[in-house]
Amino acid sequence: MDFLEGIKSAIFYLRSNKLRSFLTTLGIIIGVMTVITVVSLIEGLNLKVKNMFSTLGTNVIYVSKFPFIQTSSKNYRKYIKRKPLTVEDAIAISKHCPDVSFVSPVINSSSDVKYKGKRIELVHVSGVNQNYQDIIGQYVDEGRNYTEGEVDRRRFVCVIGKTIAKTFFPAGNALGRRIDIRGYKFKVIGVLEGRGNLLGNDMDNIVNIPYTTMQKIIGRRRHLMIVVSAEDKELAMDEMRGVLRVRRKTPEKAEDDFSFGTQDMLLNFYKKFTGAAFLVMIGIASLALLTGGVGIMNIMYVTVTERTREIGIRMAIGAKKRDILWQFLIETITISVIGGFVGILAGIGLGKMISIVSHLPFAVALWSVLTAFIVSAGLGIVFGILPARKAANLNPVEALRYE
Amino acid sequence: MLIIAKHLKKSYRMGKVKIEAVRDVSIEIHKNAFVSIMGPSGSGKSTLMHIIGCLDKPDSGEYFLNEKDVSKIHDDELAEIRNKFIGFVFQTFNLIPRMNALSNVEMPLVYRGEKTKYRKEKAISALEKVGLGHRIYHNPNELSGGERQRVAIARALVTDPAIIIADEPTGNLDSKTGAEILSLFDKLHKNGKTIIMITHQREVAEIASKIIHIKDGNITDREIIKEM
Ligand SMILES: Nc1ncnc2c1ncn2[C@@H]1O[C@H](COP(=O)(O)OP(=O)(O)OP(=O)(O)O)[C@@H](O)[C@H]1O
Ligand SMILES: [Mg+2]
Repeated sequence: MDFLEGIKSAIFYLRSNKLRSFLTTLGIIIGVMTVITVVSLIEGLNLKVKNMFSTLGTNVIYVSKFPFIQTSSKNYRKYIKRKPLTVEDAIAISKHCPDVSFVSPVINSSSDVKYKGKRIELVHVSGVNQNYQDIIGQYVDEGRNYTEGEVDRRRFVCVIGKTIAKTFFPAGNALGRRIDIRGYKFKVIGVLEGRGNLLGNDMDNIVNIPYTTMQKIIGRRRHLMIVVSAEDKELAMDEMRGVLRVRRKTPEKAEDDFSFGTQDMLLNFYKKFTGAAFLVMIGIASLALLTGGVGIMNIMYVTVTERTREIGIRMAIGAKKRDILWQFLIETITISVIGGFVGILAGIGLGKMISIVSHLPFAVALWSVLTAFIVSAGLGIVFGILPARKAANLNPVEALRYE
Repeated sequence: MLIIAKHLKKSYRMGKVKIEAVRDVSIEIHKNAFVSIMGPSGSGKSTLMHIIGCLDKPDSGEYFLNEKDVSKIHDDELAEIRNKFIGFVFQTFNLIPRMNALSNVEMPLVYRGEKTKYRKEKAISALEKVGLGHRIYHNPNELSGGERQRVAIARALVTDPAIIIADEPTGNLDSKTGAEILSLFDKLHKNGKTIIMITHQREVAEIASKIIHIKDGNITDREIIKEM
């Protein structure tokens, strides 16, 4: 009996007992659905995060006395006790590290920003130098950036993000206006190009001012980071490590008392995090699939018993053992593949629903669909083989006698 | 000789009891014979038929079908022989439920690996031969007993086998329908088929040219009805 014939016969029997077929495949449907939903959500997140890192620029290295990614607050006191980084450190890096392209100190603060009675809360205000735009790769597309001279002279000038510009100056006449940050008036000299939204964070709700001015208005004791760009990040980090350890008089044997941060690190951290979610999902899905497989095996045993006489008839008119084996195996595979298919559709639907309700991104990964198909076919083979063998090994005369 | 069987034995074991269904049967059937087998219930008729029909193997003895020793060959080869040489007709029709007449009749050709189109043509022509050309898409449960048995006969015929083996083909039918089925067998016999038929009823058995009487697993009598 050929394959197509087997599938036809399988679909025929499935259709003649719809409820039972549905219940049989429920385990597989749920298992596959779980996989597809979770994988699609994670995949959507992945795409989004990759986008985020590419918009942030891949050549950026942050230097801070705090670790870039803190997973616990355990060593917090140790980090707090570390010497702060200084503007002089930044200058030394730009002088002595040939593989570092641009350097800027960074002093961040979250401040309310006001303009003529309008007010935006918790704006990300960064004190940076004139090179910051080249490091991050975000330039002004209206007006101009501030100059080295303006940084040196601690001018009250700023470049603002799109959100600020749109909120305060819907008519688009932002340049030359004075906005209020922490009680100081800053002259708007440029509007930054837009970056959009990332995981619910408005990336355009920002203001950049000279770091020198920032120090003037919030004091010098504020936590300072250094951000640099480099083509070869490993090389640049080695050079910076050398410079900083000497400047900070870090003892020979001691570990670095500062940390580097790159997007690769964030990405790795993110991958570890989603990897854990993945494992949990695989656990759940495997259980569901196992239950589904055992369910299918049970039903197939029942089916073989119910159709004993039919098997006898088929043997009497010339079916060989392997014909019967194939018939039931193909039937089981068809059931589980159909279950897998329904599971894939349900998973996509559920993922879509979750993403609509929760605003999480969502992307169906082709590999997960293919895997789901292969896994469900595999389940059919694994759990179908025993019932199919039972059918194939029936004695034709006994089978014909079966009432 | 189409069939030569010597000293066939077949017994079943039920716990400690050994039931000798066929004790020592030797039988010869030539091509285009029409043989009835009669005997009381439990005398071993069906068991013998299963061996002759290559559905089962004897415990001992020799069986030559078309000059080939088939008493010791592999199950798969037996299946192939059943498919090529033998058509079965049963008392209880034994059609596959939920499949229409056409699909039922096509089935032996499926196992022969024939193409869909050829199968359908052959099956329709077999159904027409038994007078069921107008019922090909009916499921068994939509057919009368006599019609079901005709479908079964069409299925037995569709591979154009040398031998038709019928185990009480009229046992579940009223006498009028039974007579129609018998005349169908008669026609097949005249067209060159070898027919072996089990029956309880003398008047049914007499349609054949020879009656073999069986009791307790042994042949007790061979009765010639008509000379060929
Ligand atoms: N699978 C089996 N297991 C045990 N005993 C069996 C089996 N098949 C047949 N028998 C026994 O073998 C004997 C012969 O059975 P068989 O079916 O050949 O009789 P039969 O002549 O066809 O009877 P009937 O006219 O009632 O159909 C019976 O006693 C039966 O109980
Ligand atoms: Mg019998």
